[in-house]
Amino acid sequence: MSEWISLLTWGDAGWGDEMVRGALWTLLLATVAFVLGVVIGSLGAGAKLSYLPPLRWLGQGYTTVIRGVPDLLVIYLLFFGGNQAVMAIARSLFGYDGYIELNAFTIGAIALGTVSGAYSTEVIRGAVLAVPAGQIEAARACGMSGWLLFRRILVPQVARYALPGLGNVWQLTLKDTSLISIVGLVEIMRSASIASGSTQKPFVFYVSAACLYLVLTAGSNRAFGLAELWANRGVRRV
Amino acid sequence: MKKTLTTLAAVAAIAVAGIAADASAKEWGKGSKIKIATEGAYAPWNFTDSAGKLVGFEVDLAADLCKRMEVECEVIQQAWEGIIPALQAGKYDVIMAGMSITEKRMEVISFSRAYAATPAVFVVTTGNKSAGFKTAVDALTLEEIDAAEKTALDAVVKEFKGKTIGVQISTTHENFLREYLGKDATIKTYDTQENLDLDLQAGRVDAALASASYWVPLLASDKGKGMVMVGPGMTGGPFGNGVGAGIRKEDKALNDMFTKAINASIADGTSKKLAVQWFGFDASAK
Amino acid sequence: MRFELFAEYFPALLAGIPMTLKLAGLSLFIGFFLAVVLAVLRTSGIRPLEAFVRSYVYVFRGTPLLVQIFLIYYGTGQFDFIKESFLWPVLREAYWCAIIALTLNTGAYTSEIIRGGIESVPWGQVEAAKACGMNVWLRFRRVVFPQAIRQALPGYGNEIILMVKSTSLASTVTLLEITGIARKIVSQTYAPLELFIMAGAIYLTIVFVITRAVDMLENRLSPDLMARRHVKNAAERDIASVH
Repeated sequence: MSEWISLLTWGDAGWGDEMVRGALWTLLLATVAFVLGVVIGSLGAGAKLSYLPPLRWLGQGYTTVIRGVPDLLVIYLLFFGGNQAVMAIARSLFGYDGYIELNAFTIGAIALGTVSGAYSTEVIRGAVLAVPAGQIEAARACGMSGWLLFRRILVPQVARYALPGLGNVWQLTLKDTSLISIVGLVEIMRSASIASGSTQKPFVFYVSAACLYLVLTAGSNRAFGLAELWANRGVRRV
Repeated sequence: MKKTLTTLAAVAAIAVAGIAADASAKEWGKGSKIKIATEGAYAPWNFTDSAGKLVGFEVDLAADLCKRMEVECEVIQQAWEGIIPALQAGKYDVIMAGMSITEKRMEVISFSRAYAATPAVFVVTTGNKSAGFKTAVDALTLEEIDAAEKTALDAVVKEFKGKTIGVQISTTHENFLREYLGKDATIKTYDTQENLDLDLQAGRVDAALASASYWVPLLASDKGKGMVMVGPGMTGGPFGNGVGAGIRKEDKALNDMFTKAINASIADGTSKKLAVQWFGFDASAK
Repeated sequence: MRFELFAEYFPALLAGIPMTLKLAGLSLFIGFFLAVVLAVLRTSGIRPLEAFVRSYVYVFRGTPLLVQIFLIYYGTGQFDFIKESFLWPVLREAYWCAIIALTLNTGAYTSEIIRGGIESVPWGQVEAAKACGMNVWLRFRRVVFPQAIRQALPGYGNEIILMVKSTSLASTVTLLEITGIARKIVSQTYAPLELFIMAGAIYLTIVFVITRAVDMLENRLSPDLMARRHVKNAAERDIASVH
């Protein structure tokens, strides 16, 4: 036990501070990726519910591919192809031919955002479908414009219906950040891997990593629980 | 003496897509600002200490060379995968990351003269049947093999026949194993050398192949307890021709500056001193 | 893109399919029995057992699979007493470490899916079964389990797909399944995009076939619900399908 404590102390001698710093990176990466995913998910849901067939196909293709391919592969593809793609776009659109580097964090956020966006798409689409059609008709009958209807009727209810599902997407994204360790971002998993390589005590550090993830998932679980309570504050309870 | 290019992956992709950003050659001379990239995860060549600072043989050597060239240097960290494409794209000007000079890499970048040369060696645990394995010759150069060397090479192949050998992925060492033992042994590849060490200690692989520059300090430390180097030290052929500084092909002037500085550092014994300090033996080029 | 690579290396990648399916199949098979046991304990009404299952599920759902695999693979090698025990011949093999991690993981998720199914069986039916004089085991076998499974099938279909995708993590502990083979070839050909796109297409095909099979099974198990399901399920499953 004393060995564990000495391995996990703070400062230059121990790995405690490195592990916690890794946890902060994990949290930051997961947050950025999740928010990006919700944005993509809203667009994706819009596309899938669109009356234009090409948009529907696009949305369907996106979710089918992402949900059918391992997240690890999506990350590899973006890691190897992302930089080139961005540089090609910059060149063809803006005529810029300098060097653009996407760092591990950016690539990680884009990759995880793409993955979680596919799941968010399904959650948000389900939530939109859960809003009774009668309400939309009623809003129209009251003379609401499209935008007003969207803002007043659709968004508040979709947010409420989607919250539990998005809570799951958040957990998934949080855990998927561990895969970004493979492309070199020093988050929890990478810190644990470096520390166990350096000390040859993998068990200690992977258990510590697992505990850090548990703290993060437990904490955010609670936060989502509270958010759900808040979102449902106006709803009659049975 | 390490990884062949996983990196080339990206290079190939760029080349084929035809979107490589070529940084045009700059003017180099006294007072230039030079950015040097290293991996920061390949002790004792270059690594990150627990305070987060880049240290190691190459970091010290870079400082010495820059003083000789009278230039301002900044050493930055870059992940191994992608280290060559980023050089070509102009993120930095030089790579000093334990990178062996191989023909394959020479197709895309140029190298200064070698500043270090270390043989590849097998390591097994002391309890392993191969723990006492030795060959008649200690040093085996895989070019222009003579009769004694042929015997030694055959002995190596025979010794590890049917065994499981671990090696870091995309390295010159992996190339060697695939070429000489691909049919006879089971080859397991690892993301990092450290994970391979864990599996060697755990007994999941019978032997591991890596550079002596990595093994010697490791075996001298606590972490190398119960491990032992066996067989000959191997160079040349798939292992390349020493470790050099990677530089863009068009930066010929910069390449000359480095080669000159390395020559001077070898001549006055500085590189030898640094090598002994970091590796525990003279791994500097002659 | 180097299109000639597609033809050249496709067969090599296909050779990884058996390993992927073996990893997914075996761990799903063992994991299912584990999950049934866990779900029954979880709904048993015995407090300490319930608490144990709850924390087990909590830990395995709250941590990344990658950590679990590394912990079982690299973590166990740290201890001499494990290396000297009867467990070592099993834990020595990357294959079995991956199977153990995947099994424990799917066991946790599946037990929740089955619990949802068990709890969906109306209590009145259980009471009626009791009134007919059925004992616990018979009740479980004849009344609760068949309905629970039917209810749980869509969720379990998703779990199967997630497991197939999860096997790609086995490549991080040196196993040569589809992703592992792709990475190995990439290190020799320096063509990551081509290889990973091919690998992705293979996974996509496997997932497609599984989705179809589960749909067919669902229709067979509960033909009475077929029409209703097609309207309702799409939206519901989308919400539920996220781990």
